[in-house]
Amino acid sequence: MSMTATAGHAHADPHHIGIVVEHPGPAPKRIVTAYGFWVFLLSDIVMFSCFFAAYAVLAGQTAGGPSGSEIFEQRNVAIETVCLLLSSFTCGMASIAADTHNRLWFYLGMAVTCVLGLIFLAIEFNEFAGLVSRGYGPSRSAFLTAFFSLVGCHGLHVSAGVLWLLTMMAQVFAKGFRVDILRRMMCFALFWHALDIIWVAVFSVVYLLGSGA
Amino acid sequence: MPAVRTVEPMMLGKLDWSAIPFDQPIPLIAGAVVLVGILGVLAWVVLRGHLPYLWDEWITSVDHKRIGVMYILLASVMLLRGGSDAIMMRIQQAVAYQSQGYLPPEHYNQIFSAHGTIMIFFVAMPFVIGLMNLVVPLQLGVRDVAFPTLNSVGFWLTATGALLVNISLVVGEFARTGWLAFPPLSELSYSPGVGVDYYAWSLQISGVGTLVAGINLVTTVLKLRTRGMNYLRMPMFCWTTLASNLLIVAAFPILTATLAMLLLDRYLGFHFFTNEAGGNVMMFMNLIWAWGHPEVYILVLPAFGIFSEVVSTFSGKALFGYRSMVLATMAICIISFMVWLHHFFTMGAGPDVNAIFGIASMIIAVPTGVKIYNWLFTMYGGRIRFATPMLWAVGFMVTFIIGGLTGVLVAVPPADFMLHNSMFLVAHFHNVIIGGVLFGAFAGFEYWFPKAFGFRLDERWGKMAFWFTFLGFYVTFLPLYVAGMLGMTRRLQHYDVAAWRPWMLVAAVGMAVLTIGVICQITQLVVSIRNREALRDRTGDPWDGRSLEWATSSPPPVFNFAFSPDVRGEDAYWDMKALARKQSLEHEGPEYHDIEMPRNSPTGFVCAFFASIMGFALIWHIWWMVILGGIGAFATFVVFAWRDHDEYVIPAAEVARIDGINLEERRSLVSMAGGV
Repeated sequence: MSMTATAGHAHADPHHIGIVVEHPGPAPKRIVTAYGFWVFLLSDIVMFSCFFAAYAVLAGQTAGGPSGSEIFEQRNVAIETVCLLLSSFTCGMASIAADTHNRLWFYLGMAVTCVLGLIFLAIEFNEFAGLVSRGYGPSRSAFLTAFFSLVGCHGLHVSAGVLWLLTMMAQVFAKGFRVDILRRMMCFALFWHALDIIWVAVFSVVYLLGSGA
Repeated sequence: MPAVRTVEPMMLGKLDWSAIPFDQPIPLIAGAVVLVGILGVLAWVVLRGHLPYLWDEWITSVDHKRIGVMYILLASVMLLRGGSDAIMMRIQQAVAYQSQGYLPPEHYNQIFSAHGTIMIFFVAMPFVIGLMNLVVPLQLGVRDVAFPTLNSVGFWLTATGALLVNISLVVGEFARTGWLAFPPLSELSYSPGVGVDYYAWSLQISGVGTLVAGINLVTTVLKLRTRGMNYLRMPMFCWTTLASNLLIVAAFPILTATLAMLLLDRYLGFHFFTNEAGGNVMMFMNLIWAWGHPEVYILVLPAFGIFSEVVSTFSGKALFGYRSMVLATMAICIISFMVWLHHFFTMGAGPDVNAIFGIASMIIAVPTGVKIYNWLFTMYGGRIRFATPMLWAVGFMVTFIIGGLTGVLVAVPPADFMLHNSMFLVAHFHNVIIGGVLFGAFAGFEYWFPKAFGFRLDERWGKMAFWFTFLGFYVTFLPLYVAGMLGMTRRLQHYDVAAWRPWMLVAAVGMAVLTIGVICQITQLVVSIRNREALRDRTGDPWDGRSLEWATSSPPPVFNFAFSPDVRGEDAYWDMKALARKQSLEHEGPEYHDIEMPRNSPTGFVCAFFASIMGFALIWHIWWMVILGGIGAFATFVVFAWRDHDEYVIPAAEVARIDGINLEERRSLVSMAGGV
């Protein structure tokens, strides 16, 4: 019996490749939480990739309706982009403030992030409402279906992000910079930055390519 | 009643009395029986005063072992439901020769759709996820999964999906579209009823649960391993769990997105997959199978892991070719994303594309073949014990090879043109899913049951269950291969071809044998529970196991291990036992410490409660209720986030007391074995 066991040992490293680095044991909670949230964000990006794929397939299917270049307003999209990129910066500031337990800068950073997010949402809502009122709603053509879904899915994420942001502010207000709240703050920051990355892709694939066509 | 009818559409959306199928006795009686059963169990629980126990120890539990058991319970109950559908279908096809049979077409269509949906999403998935939940943290030598409360949320959302599918039995209808709801049939113009909505919302909700479980298990395997548990020392089941959950994380968002698109088409008049306004039906095929093929491996990879553990334990040998097994697992994990198009060779992709996907599909058989040889070589020269789990493993090897070979056959595009959507295909995927996943689930159930509950299952009834299921499977599904070769297509409500009839009759007989197998399985459980004192597993190591789950008591204490195990190689517990025998004793008088464990939380249950309300309201267009459910779910999360104490402490003395009992038993076992 013990012979089998030793055989098992040798089996684990049959060629004796260098020194085996022993695994130190379970990672600390902060690492585990952030890691799990990263995995979630990757899965979320996979979901977005489906909407991107659908948009790529359906972009030309205007069914007699408008094409991208006829409805996209680059000025608004530019403002939206600036808002979102700036909000990533202020969100970063809020994260640093949270790490140094500075309430004033934390609230300030989060508040500005929130306002920028709301401006972004307002512009997007305005764009959608304008299109629908001109009869160019998502039911008009497959292209508009894909456009509304992709951009709207990102918008829904930003809305959820704003809701989360307000909850985070309330939590810090009520509980202070507790370890678990700091972990959540880290996840929120990851989420907000990931939405920025997705927006860069939306901006490029939908608005830049679409305006040219 | 007429007065009610005029009021209700305002308040209850599309829901009114016509939703209850008063004219169809079968679903109504089935629903009534289930309802009486549930109410009976509930009444018993309340009257006997078990409710507090149930609530404190199970419903709000965040213990991965308890959640695993609840997953498996859900899967077992749904297996009976899906199995009833199967029996009805086999009887229908046996009698519906040159006649309408006993099931009207619209009912028959619902049954085959529900059968597929239930068996994949609410039997196979929760069964394997349950086993992974139960075993993986134990095998890794840790105290819980990465996110215990989320784990509970994931389970309860899965249960919500199952609940909605069962509600469709009596309130409204289920989809008549097949288990993947292909458009344009599943679009509003061809399926105006609520059936597709039941299908889509239950999968959306349970899909969130599955994704959560996937994220949780990936993080657990990658970030929570005990000291010394390097990647290449993990038990094979942990590797297949990792691969399977990586696939969940990468594939389930595709399902979510695809069903979201279908729902947008149905609810808001979008044009993703419609025939009008430029919609593209083929996009649905590509998206759904880009999820659907990895899904096959999500299910079967954990089963491969179970067989690896079982074969190695019952052969008394380390797994042959451990590293090649790891490589094969990860190869399958990657290649499984590159073969989806073989599900629709016939739909006009052209010879070049078909050839590439045909070759990829054949290549994936190579790592699978590697695995089969590894299991065979593990058995070769071993001292094999044919306990029930091992029977399932050997039965699997034989059955899965046949299923795999017919799979390679339909991976050849010209052959697929002949066999596409025929009964041959039905026989093939049942051959791999029953022979692979279900046999694996049963092997895991028999193997780890003593670990979960502290007593073994009755071997005699277990072996009978195996033989009836094994033979029943062949008698049921081999005739379907023949019928498929004779040109019988799938999903036929009735037929006029005389040549098919005998095979359908044989298949019905096979179904009866399979049913006896299921009855044996239930009997085994009942008999074992009654004889549990005689079957008690005192040491925690009933099979002379090799990995860490056997290093703790059965059932394990809530904290799993009093001390985090220190792993020095593969087959960690086997090595420990060998060492202990040499030194004749385990640790003498160890010093115990306080252990912090996550507190129970009703978050999962409450979340699922609101999700059920929301899902039901969405299906029936009851918008105020949707908003209410949404607010409730958000409020639940905020309340959860607001709590101040998420852990409790088990004092060292209590740890010492619990661990001491098992240690005594284990010492006596080791000294006995050492004497021999």
